[in-house]
Parts: sequence; C-alpha cells; structure tokens
Amino acid sequence: MSAGPGGRESVIGAACWRGLGCGRTRVVGLLGALVIVCASTSAAAQASFGRSKSLADTRLELPSAAQVADVLLLREYNTRVVVIGTMLLGLGAGVIGTFLLLRKRALMGDALSHATLPGIALAFIVMTRFGGSGKSLPGLLLGATIFGGIGVACVLLIRGATRLKEDTALGIVLSVFFGLGVSLLGVIQKMDTGSAAGLESFIYGKTASMLVSDAKLIAGAAALTVVGCVVFYKEFSLLCFDESFARSQGWPRLLLDGVMMAMVVMITVIGLGAVGLILMIALLVIPPAAARFWSHRLGPTVLIAGGIGAVSGWVGASVSALAARLPAGAIIVLTAASAFVLSMIFGVRRGVLVRAVEQWRLRRSVARQHLLRAMYEAEESGAAAAGVGEGALLRARTWSRRALRGGLRRARSAGEIEPGDAGRWRLTEAGRAAAARVVRNHRLWELYLVTHADIAPSHVDRDADELEHVLGAAMVEELELLLVRDESRAVVPASPHAL
Amino acid sequence: MHRSLKEEASRDARSHERAEPSSEFGVASSRVDVRGTQTTVTAASAASPRIASGEEHPSNSPLSIHDMTVAYHRKPVLWDVDFDAPEGRLIGIVGPNGAGKSTLLKAVLELVPKASGRVTIYGAPYRRQRRLVGYVPQRESVDWDFPVSALDVVAMGTYARIGWLRPVTRKYRDAALAALSRVGMADYADRQISQLSGGQQQRVFLARALVQDAKVYLMDEPFAGVDAATEKAIVRILHDLRDAGRTVLAVHHDLQTVPEYFDHVMLLNMRIVASGPTRDVFTRENLQKTYGGRLTLLEQAAHAMARGIANSE
Repeated sequence: MSAGPGGRESVIGAACWRGLGCGRTRVVGLLGALVIVCASTSAAAQASFGRSKSLADTRLELPSAAQVADVLLLREYNTRVVVIGTMLLGLGAGVIGTFLLLRKRALMGDALSHATLPGIALAFIVMTRFGGSGKSLPGLLLGATIFGGIGVACVLLIRGATRLKEDTALGIVLSVFFGLGVSLLGVIQKMDTGSAAGLESFIYGKTASMLVSDAKLIAGAAALTVVGCVVFYKEFSLLCFDESFARSQGWPRLLLDGVMMAMVVMITVIGLGAVGLILMIALLVIPPAAARFWSHRLGPTVLIAGGIGAVSGWVGASVSALAARLPAGAIIVLTAASAFVLSMIFGVRRGVLVRAVEQWRLRRSVARQHLLRAMYEAEESGAAAAGVGEGALLRARTWSRRALRGGLRRARSAGEIEPGDAGRWRLTEAGRAAAARVVRNHRLWELYLVTHADIAPSHVDRDADELEHVLGAAMVEELELLLVRDESRAVVPASPHAL
Repeated sequence: MHRSLKEEASRDARSHERAEPSSEFGVASSRVDVRGTQTTVTAASAASPRIASGEEHPSNSPLSIHDMTVAYHRKPVLWDVDFDAPEGRLIGIVGPNGAGKSTLLKAVLELVPKASGRVTIYGAPYRRQRRLVGYVPQRESVDWDFPVSALDVVAMGTYARIGWLRPVTRKYRDAALAALSRVGMADYADRQISQLSGGQQQRVFLARALVQDAKVYLMDEPFAGVDAATEKAIVRILHDLRDAGRTVLAVHHDLQTVPEYFDHVMLLNMRIVASGPTRDVFTRENLQKTYGGRLTLLEQAAHAMARGIANSE
C-alpha cells in the first residue's frame, strides 16, 4: 500500500512533464508576467509601506527594491510564515478544487463557505459563555466545520426532498446561512463579554495576522488534501467522469462524494482566516479553471491548478505584505484571476490564441486545396495549355475575388502555379502533383460516401469539401484499399458526378 | 427454449390480470394478441395452473427479471416486467421514446430504485455479480470535455478489478489498449476524448465494457449517432461477443436493422409487449402494439420485415 500512492505520484509527475512539453517555456513566462502584473497593481493602488504613516497620507509611494526583494525571498520571519501558509492553502485548494469543478459542484464550495459564518459566531458565543476567551481558533474552526457540513446537508436535502434544482437550493442555503451568521455577529456585538473584534476577519480574511500555528494547520490540511487526492485519484476521476458507470461497478458514490466534500470543507474552513469566506470560492474554482487551458490530462491539470493556486497565494501574500492597506485575500484572488486571463489567452490546449491560429491555418489549407482542385479540374475538363483565367476560377466556387487573388498569390510563391498567357494561370509540375493528390483524396471520399452511406451523388460534393480536410492519411489509405484496385492506385479516379 | 416460451406466455396472462386498466397505457386491444405469435404455446398455457413466482425462472439465466415495476415520482415507467434472457444471444430492446428502455437497464444495474420485483444475474442478485456485467451508458450521459484520454476512459473498465486505492499499473493499461485496438481505436489512445467523433466516442465506451471481460453486456443505444463504419464495427464486435457465449442486451432505435442485428428482441412499451426470437416476435402486429399509430415507424418496420424475411429465406 505504501508503495502504491508513491508510485502513482511519480507517474503523474512524469505525465505532467510530458504534458507540459512545449508549454514549459510559456509557463515560466506566465509566472514572470504574474509578478509584473501584481507589482503594477500595488503601484496603482497608492500603496504605502509601513504602518507609521497617517491614514490621510495618500502619497504614491512604491516599496523600495530592497523591500520587494526581502518579501519575495522570504527573508523576514513573519512574512515567511504568512507567505508559505497562503501558498500551501492555494496549493491544496487548487488540487481539490479541480475535482470539485469536474464534479460540477463548484458552487457547493461557495454555499459551504458562507454556511460557516453562523458556526463561527455560535462557537464564539458558546466559548465565551463557558468562560473561555472566545477566540480560540480550533473552537471557531470546529464551529465553522459543523455548520459548513450542515449547509451542504441542507443543499442535498432541499434538492432531494423537493423538485427544486441545485442552483436554487444553493442560493437559499448560501444567503440564509450568511444572514444568520451576520445576525449572530450583531448579537455578539451587544454582548458585554469581551470584544468580538476579529470575527469579521473571517468574512474578508486577514492574512497578516497569521501565526505559525495557523500556518502549520494550513500545511497539515494541504498535505492531507494532496495525499487524499493522490490516494483517491482513480476513484475520484471515475466518479467525476461517469457517475452511473461508477455506481454500476459498485463504487459507493456517497462515500466517495463524502470524502471529496470533507476535503473541500477542510480546505475551506482552514482558508477562512486567510482569504475570508466570501473569496474562498475563488481559490477553489479559478486555479482549476485556468489549468484546464494548459492540459487535456487530469494529472497535469491537477498539478497545474495546485501550482497556480500556490503562486496566487505567494504573490497575493507578498503584495499585501508590501502594501499593508491591500487586503491579502483580494490580492490573492486577483492574482489567480490574472493567471486565468493569461491562461485563457495563451493556454496551449484551448487558449484563445492557439485556437485562432489553428482556425486560421485550417482556413488557409482549405483555401489552398480548393484552388488546386479548381485548377486541376479545369485542366482536366480540357482547358487549353494556355492556363485557367481568373473568371473561370471565380465561377468554379463561391469565393470572393479577394480571397481567390490571395490564394493565387500564395500558390505562386509556393511554386504551385505559374502565370500563363494573358493573365491566366497554369499548374507547375509540383503544383500538378499536389493537386492530383488533393483531387484523389477528395474523390476517394466521395466514392466512399456514395458506396457506403447511401447518399445521393449530387449531395456528396459539399459534404466532401468539408470532410476531406479532416480526413487523415490513415483513412485515405483505408479508402484506397477499400475502393481502388491495386493496379489503379496511382491513378486519380474519375469524379462520380458531373463536374 | 420451448419451455421458457410457454412460461412466458402464462406469466403474460397473469401480469395482464394484475395490470391496471389497460386504457392507461393505450394498448387495450392488443392484450390477447400478444401471444398470437406463439400460438402453439398459447393453447397449452391456457390450461396450465399458476406457478408460484420464482420457481418459473431458470436459475442459470444470464439475466432474470421477476415482476419488476419501476416508478419515477410515483408515475410508473415500467410495469410488471418479467423476462429471462437466453444465454449467448444478442437481444435487442426496442420501443418508442419514453417506453422505459434505458430505465430497464438502469433498474437492472440498481441505478434507479425498483418499486417492486427482483433481478438476478446467473441466479444471484446483481450486487454479488457485478463482475459478470458490463455496462455501456448512453454516450450523452457524460461530459466529453473531461480531461482524460481515450485510453484513460477504457482503463476505467478495469478499476473494479484493480480495487480500492491502487494505481492503474501497466498490466491494466495494456489490457485497455488491447480493448481499444479491438474496436479499431488503438491509434487514438492518447487523444483527448473531446477530439474524437461521436462514433469514436461510442467505440471508446464499448472498449471500456470489453475490457471488463463480462458475461452479460447491457448497452444503452450503442448505435445512436454513429457513422456507418462504426455501426458495422460495433455489430461485428457484438457478433463476436455472442459467438464467445456472451449475452448482450442492447437498446436499439432503428427498426430497419433489428432483424439483421439481433437474434432476439424485446418489444417494450412500459411493459413487455412481446419477447422472443426475432423471426417470431418482430411482426407487424406486435410492432403496431408497441408503437401504436405511429405510421412512419410502421412503414420502416414494413421494410425491415420484408428484409428480415428475405434474409431468413
């Protein structure tokens, strides 16, 4: 057993390295960009370093390079505690958040974190009643955990017992529990037993007050989460991907969901003090969402999500240490959001940029093949050796004059066509060979459709135009074997319909 | 076989007595004719006494469904389904939309609760025989944007054998790869599943069931939305499974291909209208009872029957 998870870890690691492959340099670039973004944020927000300044002091003052270096390199003990604590929190939240997101339960985390507030308030009241300080962290977190659990149970109960949808149930639970919590905080204010100041920090988070014991707690929770996700990797992925198959195989859905939600509760409750209950959901949701743009595999996605979470925690805590007026929770979330935006644009898997380039390449290649085919078919149907005119080409397909001219220009510089007499165009030797290949693929596909799919020949042309470009070499090979006798393999088969 | 048909007919008669007023299901006139296709049997069964439930099912049947009723929100979806699957056959489950075909499979797999009835796989309850059953859910039931490769999905079929908390070792990956090549998808093993076509996704699902090496396969619309090549490939695999003695139940929509693909057919419309060997049961009148007045479908069926008869002669 002990060898099991360890072995898997290394497998995931290797897979991640492979998966990142070409994206590795981009990741490094991304991290650099993040630092820059956050540094400029701190500047723009009229940050002032040090607490001796008066509140009216709004002068723009950047922290010195030495101060920045001190914080980023964790030279100061307090900063080190806070930064490492938030980093680990981001790591744990990113890892378990990936599964939460894939289970399509992202908002469950939000309802959960809001539901903890009455628990915190009640724990405070109970502890002060029994003569305690009321601010003992374990006590408050216990209250938070119990009410977080109650909140989740309420969502499941409302969904199961009524025919309301999950989003409705989440909305009810989230707002009612939060309202209850705020009322209880009001009650506490009126109590004469000691100060309740500090409880509000659970709403917005107060990273700077993190103690070593808090950081240790976070480290423990993050480690437990990571180990849990490694150990249950196979079970979680199956449950998230195909619940009914998992159940048909005898995997206990309730138990697995329970384990997953328990980890979410743990990370959420632990993170309340650092980022606050309103913003906690961002740490659970944004890093996994950003990670999805970098990988199509689950293992790497989990690791990248953890990484983005950790970096967000690191940068957020550092910036807020440099600019004391900026709340760490908000900066952490904003950092994660910048990572998300950058991933969305530059992500190697589904990034906007990559997709645009792919689309552009595909259009280019389709246009080239269309041109070659039009030229080839014009020559085939007996065009003079003088070449094919632009007008004839324009009539051959529905394309604009501009698109056609662009295509002709590119084909010429690729050496596939050459100018003939009187503004006409001729295929070069190389161009003819390429065109023959294109036309042959096209017609094989047409033949396939005609013989195999009961589609009338007159309907085939349009379909084939779109499909042949998706058709790989292997398929063409298969079609050849299927349809063309061996001796005629090199020959372009005749078109099955009138040209 | 003859025996089980007889019993089926006698049960049919009983379940009709028990059923709610037939107008509810809109099949009033069809009752008596259900057994019209088994006329030789009907006469005998009319005289046979009632047999206590449970004794009438052969204990070694790959799948026995005893008087199963399934209801969603108090509305019955399946009523008194009673069925014994013959071993080593390809069984098509056919019926109109909302007839409860998927629900039947899900109830067998205990994915939806049964209001009453009992299901056994080779004589024992499903929860003790999970290993013997392979399930292919509807393709639309999962999110194909999930970050896994085709091979990862197929490997999920081995998870039950691997057991709790253990990693997927090379042995199981190889088994998954073998299953993928069996459905002609070995070249796509590392593809993310959203990059596969509908037919390829369906093949991945089939491979996941194959890697389980089950004895009974339950497939929910394996031919839905697949291309012609995939359909052929799937049919070939189903025939291979049958030739290896496995039993396959598949929900099927295309009436035209029923006689070609399936040896047995279960006509289902909230209850079993008829079930048995395709050539006996897949008749115009049974289809009329199953589908009611849906004429276009009946037209299809007419073609199918013409083809079926031509094939069998």
